Amino acid sequence: MVFRRSRGKHGPSPQGVWTSAGGSAKRRIMTVQSPNSLRSYPDESGHFGQFGGRYVAETLMPLILDLEKEYRAAKLDPAFQAEFDDLLKTFVGRPSPLYPAPRITEHFRKLAPEGKGPKIYFKREDLNHTGAHKINNCIGQVLLAMRMGKTKIIAETGAGQHGVATATVAARFGLSCTIFMGAKDVERQAPNVFRMKLLGAEVVPVTSGAETLKDAMNEALRHWVANVHDTFYIIGTAAGPHPYPELVRDFQSVIGTETREQILEAEGRLPDMLVAAVGGGSNAIGMFHPFLDDADVAMVGIEAAGHGIESGQHAASLMGGRPGILHGNKTYLLQDEDGQITEAHSISAGLDYPGLGPEHSWLHEAGRVKYVPITDTEALEAFQLCCALEGIIPALESAHALAALPQLTAQLDADKLLVVNVSGRGDKDIFTVAEALGVEL
Amino acid sequence: MTRFETAFAKGPALVCFITGGDGDTASNLDALVAGGADVIELGMPFTDPMADGPAIQEANLRSLAKGTRTADIFRIAAEFRQRHPNVPLVLMGYANPMTIRGPEWFAEECAKAGVDGVICVDIPSEEDAALGPALREKGVSLIRLATPTTDAARLPKVLEGSSGFLYYVSVAGITGMQQAAQGSIEDAVAKLKAATDIPVAVGFGVRTPEQAAAIAKVADGVVVGSAFIDIVKQHGDAAPGPLQDYTASLAEAVHSAR
Repeated sequence: MVFRRSRGKHGPSPQGVWTSAGGSAKRRIMTVQSPNSLRSYPDESGHFGQFGGRYVAETLMPLILDLEKEYRAAKLDPAFQAEFDDLLKTFVGRPSPLYPAPRITEHFRKLAPEGKGPKIYFKREDLNHTGAHKINNCIGQVLLAMRMGKTKIIAETGAGQHGVATATVAARFGLSCTIFMGAKDVERQAPNVFRMKLLGAEVVPVTSGAETLKDAMNEALRHWVANVHDTFYIIGTAAGPHPYPELVRDFQSVIGTETREQILEAEGRLPDMLVAAVGGGSNAIGMFHPFLDDADVAMVGIEAAGHGIESGQHAASLMGGRPGILHGNKTYLLQDEDGQITEAHSISAGLDYPGLGPEHSWLHEAGRVKYVPITDTEALEAFQLCCALEGIIPALESAHALAALPQLTAQLDADKLLVVNVSGRGDKDIFTVAEALGVEL
Repeated sequence: MTRFETAFAKGPALVCFITGGDGDTASNLDALVAGGADVIELGMPFTDPMADGPAIQEANLRSLAKGTRTADIFRIAAEFRQRHPNVPLVLMGYANPMTIRGPEWFAEECAKAGVDGVICVDIPSEEDAALGPALREKGVSLIRLATPTTDAARLPKVLEGSSGFLYYVSVAGITGMQQAAQGSIEDAVAKLKAATDIPVAVGFGVRTPEQAAAIAKVADGVVVGSAFIDIVKQHGDAAPGPLQDYTASLAEAVHSAR
């Protein structure tokens, strides 16, 4: 690692965030893929170091191997890539803008010690069709499903964002679609349930377990096992059995690839720091992956700390969990000492899951990405600040990333560039936010 | 001879599953043995049993809600071994509770408790390193699952490093739901038996003595689970009596095929 702890004249950073050691701007434009590139994982057996893998029932194993073979072929097929690119452009509305956020930049520059306060950019995934980055992955996977001759699509969803994105692509291609959603979430997220139904999907309320996202994923896996012959499971985040973490990451990497081109065009150099929220971690890995070998680009993943790590009510798998095996992969999980999975909590339904993608676990242990916890309260403040200063209502997930700005901007010099992934828009969250703020709608 | 070899040498064996910590497990296990069970599978409860149907899911959650810990499962196993020195005992469950303290720890505890074999639902042969070597080192059998989706090309990989018996999951699906057609079971068992010398037991969806008898004619063992779980749920602490009666009806059907 060529990173060092930031040691400005104000002393070591209190949060210990890794920051760039500097270096000539010119050199940074080149991406040098070293033989032991961080971008070359997973290995052949689907592992990121000790993480990842294919921990599934034997019934699913042949299908998983088939999916991997098919994905390898698709990756090499120019027609597949062309269709993916075309749909991202004409159906999703890509490229999404890289927006220089002047008032947020100014706000934090004022609060920061003298000479600190970087220029802040937003990567506007909130402007995609369906309102978040989720659709990028769904487009890629539905093309794979059709390539494999599968006619039925299933997916799990928590808040309903991935369910809506999946129902959207299923409608677009005329495939039957079943969405598994915890019964509690069905109740809490009525507008998204109706959206999915409008898009032609069947929504199955899951009444097992705690009736939330984790249980919806269990139920989707159960359905899949019984219907492997004609059904494709569109997993919503960069997790699950290999090759899902890899292919979801690849489909989401359009975020980082665009960011790279856009910042080079705007600034003539790469950013100094990338910031993204991590639930399962697909928006973050999509943003980070194209930059992993650029040693001068620091990366910060934001975990949902709920009521605080000490409270035990959080969704910060890296900060408050340890490695284990669930839903097809080995990764950091919230669990007790017997390996029983414990419930996650976050005000953001999209971050409310007791695990995260295996590549994040690996990048955490490798020290390449720094992970920082942000509480519900901090995220709510950032949500309102972004509305007021930039005229953008961010998703509560993205508000977690924005909430790290106070600590991060205090450490970065004013001539540095920081990009926040605004992964989704917050229209879906206004009811939750109103309730948290004690406002009756 | 190992306990497995002895149990399967007599002809088709009845393999009985219940979830540990759901009801009075020690008494329930004794009832299964008294009714004629040849092999016992003891389920280790897990919060997220994604290969199981509603009956076993609920049994897992009932057990955990009562506060069942991994240590309790090993205590139940060790006490069973004291009472029943010759009946093969298998632990069945999911990867995370089995590996969380390290595979060596788990294998050592199995050996100490007198556990003969382990079935881990979500460790396929590709991830054998996560548990298999540690079990084999301690002389505990790793019992693998073969399914209708396991083709001839893949079967050798599934069999490699497995011992005790092979568990043929007769339907692509979850536990306790529908049963496979007898014809498809016969074809599948014939192919499996051509590929291995270890006994082949067939399960998933078996509920009646008639189904069990039909399977026993072609396979080395018949696995029944969800039907026992239903009895435990229905009768609670009074389950041993009905469990023993039901086991006896199954055992007679299976053993008459000997």
